[in-house]
This record gives sequence, structure tokens and C-alpha cells, in this order.
Amino acid sequence: MASRSLRSVGAGFRADGVVPSSLRRMAQTISNERGRGPVSGTAVGKRGKRKPFLIDFYSTAVGKKYVMAVTGIIGIGFVIGHMVGNLKAYLGVIDHQGSRAYDIDVYGEYLRELLVPILPHGYFLWIMRIGLIAAVLLHIHAAYSLTILNRKARPVKYQSSRDYQVANFASRSMRWTGIIVVLFLFWHLADLTWGWFNPGFEHGAVYRNLDASLSRVPVAVLYIVANIALGIHLFHGTWSLFQSIGWNNPRFNQWRKGLATGVATLIVVGNVSFPIMTLAGVIEYDASVPSVQEVSE
Amino acid sequence: MSQHLKNITLKIWRQVGPSDRGRFESYLVPEISDEASFLEMLDLLNEQLISEGKEAVVFDHDCREGICGTCSLMIDGQAHGPQKGTATCQLHMRKFESNDTIVIEPWRASAFPIIKDLMVDRAPLDRIVEAGGFITAETGGAPDANLIPIPKPVADASMDAAECIGCGACVAACPNGAANLFTGAKMAHLNLLPQGQAERFQRAEAMVETMDEHFGSCTNHGECEAACPKSISIDVIALLNADYLKAKFKNRKNLSRI
Ligand code: HEM
Ligand code: FES
Repeated sequence: MASRSLRSVGAGFRADGVVPSSLRRMAQTISNERGRGPVSGTAVGKRGKRKPFLIDFYSTAVGKKYVMAVTGIIGIGFVIGHMVGNLKAYLGVIDHQGSRAYDIDVYGEYLRELLVPILPHGYFLWIMRIGLIAAVLLHIHAAYSLTILNRKARPVKYQSSRDYQVANFASRSMRWTGIIVVLFLFWHLADLTWGWFNPGFEHGAVYRNLDASLSRVPVAVLYIVANIALGIHLFHGTWSLFQSIGWNNPRFNQWRKGLATGVATLIVVGNVSFPIMTLAGVIEYDASVPSVQEVSE
Repeated sequence: MSQHLKNITLKIWRQVGPSDRGRFESYLVPEISDEASFLEMLDLLNEQLISEGKEAVVFDHDCREGICGTCSLMIDGQAHGPQKGTATCQLHMRKFESNDTIVIEPWRASAFPIIKDLMVDRAPLDRIVEAGGFITAETGGAPDANLIPIPKPVADASMDAAECIGCGACVAACPNGAANLFTGAKMAHLNLLPQGQAERFQRAEAMVETMDEHFGSCTNHGECEAACPKSISIDVIALLNADYLKAKFKNRKNLSRI
């Protein structure tokens, strides 16, 4: 890249003093080094067989940012829905088909029943899971490849310290907060979905498992730290996605920072409350409450 | 009343040529008027270096009134120095104080190879403009200025974008070495106007994809806007993104007609 650019400058700038061949052409001709003819209003369209739209679009940096923004919105939607669903833990025990049951256990069972007469039991939950997995993988792939691109765009760093004006901690730590969130995601699934790290794990006994996990202080701390990282990620992400998608309306721009603060605060306050309230004893499992499975049988 | 600053230390990046590793060298400016511009201060340093038989510090400059976009310089970690909304040539020594140490570095980006000392080659910005920074117009006598009515807010928005002097401070300031503010400004300038509509979507696709070949990717830090000597808003980046997506659809559709 460097040598290509150098060739289009005046000969006097060349350290070796050689007049490059491209300069012997007229000053106004367009460098033809990429095999592209002179650009005119009609000559920019690409010839030959085109790649499918999404692949073509995703191959550019701007396209990847669109994908990051859209998958980010899916992520935000999930995270908010997930947090609101978990608030059911605070509703404690309810009456379920004439027996006592934890509300959040009933809710967990309901998620598997979504769209049930249309789809078999558990299918819709799997459709959502596959969608979320795809979104996370695309988000990570785009983040990774853009990070590589950005490294290449400045291989030699500034040798003196930068004095950033508006870039903030959130915007500058996106890669780190993102990695923390994904590592946490693995732990979280292994803990509360697969039950590997959960003492006495019982499938479907959501309230029991939650209490068993979050009563451990190190685990509670992990949940708090990871959710603060998620909040920081979403603080920049929620603001940034409007730019990436090109949603720029002078009338609403002033709301973007407020929305970002709101989303980040909502997520952090909601999610951090669970470990704190478990340690405080507000969320406390009572073994005399039968599990939803027992009730249904 | 002009005053004099004393004992300014300059740490300047010296690099013999593109393949030299380069290093900082320190120079002492014993006394300088606060009315001197930053570049005049460098001129005086160079006079002194030449009189001592040493090599002058190479830096870019031309109009020295903030309109040509030739001057550059990373001054104390900020593109175009500590003064907002101005180019390096408009910076004056009154922004500094006696006994200050001022660090001066060239723009750094793989698209901007260092030619010598503080001078970089910004030709990739020209590649972007070549790709779409033009309109088709009739030749012959100049048309009347009011031939095509343009709503005032539209004309203003376009003029705000057209203020871009192509200095590359946005790339220099961007932690990712992205040129989205430059490209967005050049696109918005034409895409907002009726005269720019014929090539609008070809322009969007061609300019963005040319940008992609040379520069990094925007992560919406906003450092470019803060560094821009014309304070061009990152709104033009949102417009770039919106027009690029539209262009990908429309150009495909148009190509499938032929
Ligand atoms: C390995 C995991 C992750 C990594 C490495 C990662 C990394 C990134 C990076 C580098 C950006 C671009 C930052 C920028 O434009 O300044 C970003 C944007 C974003 N991320 Fe993540 N992220 C991860 C996980 C997540 C998760 C789980 C969510 C949602 C809950 C999320 C939501 C967002 C949003 C909404 C954006 C804004 C998109 C945009 O700028 O247009 N990310 N992420
Ligand atoms: S020298 Fe022309 S803009 Fe600074």
C-alpha cells in the first residue's frame, strides 16, 4: 500500500529520486494500478458475475458495521427480555394448577411452550437460540475482522501519547468489554443451562439453581463485574448503532445519548440486582415448594 | 501587546525517508513572540538549523490561512494542535506557555506513508475523490446560479460538508485510521444537492469501496469531528452509511436493467 501511494506523488518526494513511470502520464490521469479504467459516471459498475447481495455487502467495512449494529440490536433485545423475565424471581411462589410453584420456574416452562399448537414443544425456543447464536457469531466475526483492518490501517502507532478529546472509556474498550461478556456467557450457560458448575443442578428448577449459584460470593462478584462490562459495552453500542445504520435525524439525535445511558443503566441495575438480592437473602430457595415438573405430572 | 515565550522545548519527529525508522529529536527555542504562528516558529527553527549547517525540518504547508488543507502535524497528541476548529497554520504561540515542551509528530496511518520528517503522502484521499467526487455538468457558459432552486437548509448542509479541506486530520485523529469523515463530507457535499443526484449512488458505492482499500473502519469515537479544522459533524458519516446501503440496492437494480 505504501509504495503504491508513493508512486503517485511528485518525483521530488521520492527518496531515491527516480521518476516513477506513472508520473510520465498526464497529471490528471487516474492511476491504473488496480486494473480499473479511468473512473467516469458510468464506468464504476462492476462487470461479470456478482456475489450474492449480503456477501458482497458484508465484504466491506461499512457492511460489517451494519451487521454489528443489527446483531447488536438483536443482542440488546435479548438482554432486555432476559432481564425482565428474570425479574420474575422476585415474584416468588405462585399458585400453579392448584399447587405451589416458583413463578420463574413456570415462566421457564412457558418459554418451551411458546407457539406450541403451531410448533412442537420446545421448537420455538430453539429457533430463537439459533438466531441468537448466529447473531453472536456474526457480531464477533465482524468485530474481529474490523479490528484486524484497523490494526493494519495504523501499523506504526503514534510515538507520543495521544490526547483524546471525545473518545470515552466505553468506546475505547469495546473489544475488551465484548470479550468479557462472551466469556461470561459461556460460564453462565455452563452454570444455569447445562448445570456443569451448579451444585445439585436440577433441570427446570430455575429458582433453586439461581439461588445455588449466586449464593457463592465469587460467582456473585463474577456476575456483577460481567454485567457492568455489558453495560459499558451497550452504553457505547446503543449510541453507535444509530450512526452505523445511518439513522441520523437532527430532530432525534439529541436523544441518542440519553437512550444509551438508559439502556445501559436498565441492564446493569436489573442484572446486578440478582446476585445482590441472592446474597441479601431476598432470593432464597425453599425446598418444600414442588418443582413444575412434579406439578405437571 | 505582544509578549514573548521563553525556553520552549520542541520534540520533533525526524525521519530521513520512508524506510528510515525515525526518532524524536529535541530543539530549544530560547525566545519566541506569542504572535508568531506555530509554523512561523518552525520557520525560525529551520533558519537556525540551516545557519548551523544542519538539515531543516520538513513539514507541509501552503496557504497558511486554513483553506488549502496542506498543513498537518500531530501537536501534543492532537491533530492540528490544541485549538478547536482550526488548522495547524492558524495555531499561534499564545496557545502555549514559557517552558512548555511541545511534541510534534507526523500523521500516522498506513495510507499516509511518511515522506520525510513531518511530511506525509495523503494521495489515497485523492483516490477517494477521483472515485466519485464529481458531477456531470454541461460545458459552455456558466449557468445562472439560481437556475436550480435549492432549499436553504439543504444548501447549508451541503456547504457545511463542502468546507472539508482534505487535510486528513480525521484519519490522523481516528484511533482506527478511518477516513469516514473525509469520505462522508465529500459524499454529503454532492449527494445533498440536486446537481449531485445523477451519480449519487454510483458515487456512494465507488467512494466507500475506494476508502475501504486504504483506511480503517469507523467505530464512532467522534475524534475526527473534534480534530476537524472545519468542525465537520459526524452526521456526514451517518449519511455515508445510509447512502451506501441504498446504493448497494439501487446499483444492483440498475445494473440488472442492462
Ligand atoms: C465477543 C463478544 C463481543 C465482542 C468482541 C464485541 C465487540 C464489539 C465491537 C468491537 C463493537 C464495535 C464498537 C464500535 O463500533 O465502537 C461492538 C458493537 C456493538 N456491540 Fe458488541 N461485542 C461483543 C458482544 C456483544 C453482545 C453480547 C452484545 C449485546 C448484548 C453486543 C452489542 C453491541 C452493540 C449494540 C454494538 C453497536 C453496534 C454499532 O456500533 O453499530 N456486543 N461490539
Ligand atoms: S497551510 Fe493551508 S490549511 Fe494550513
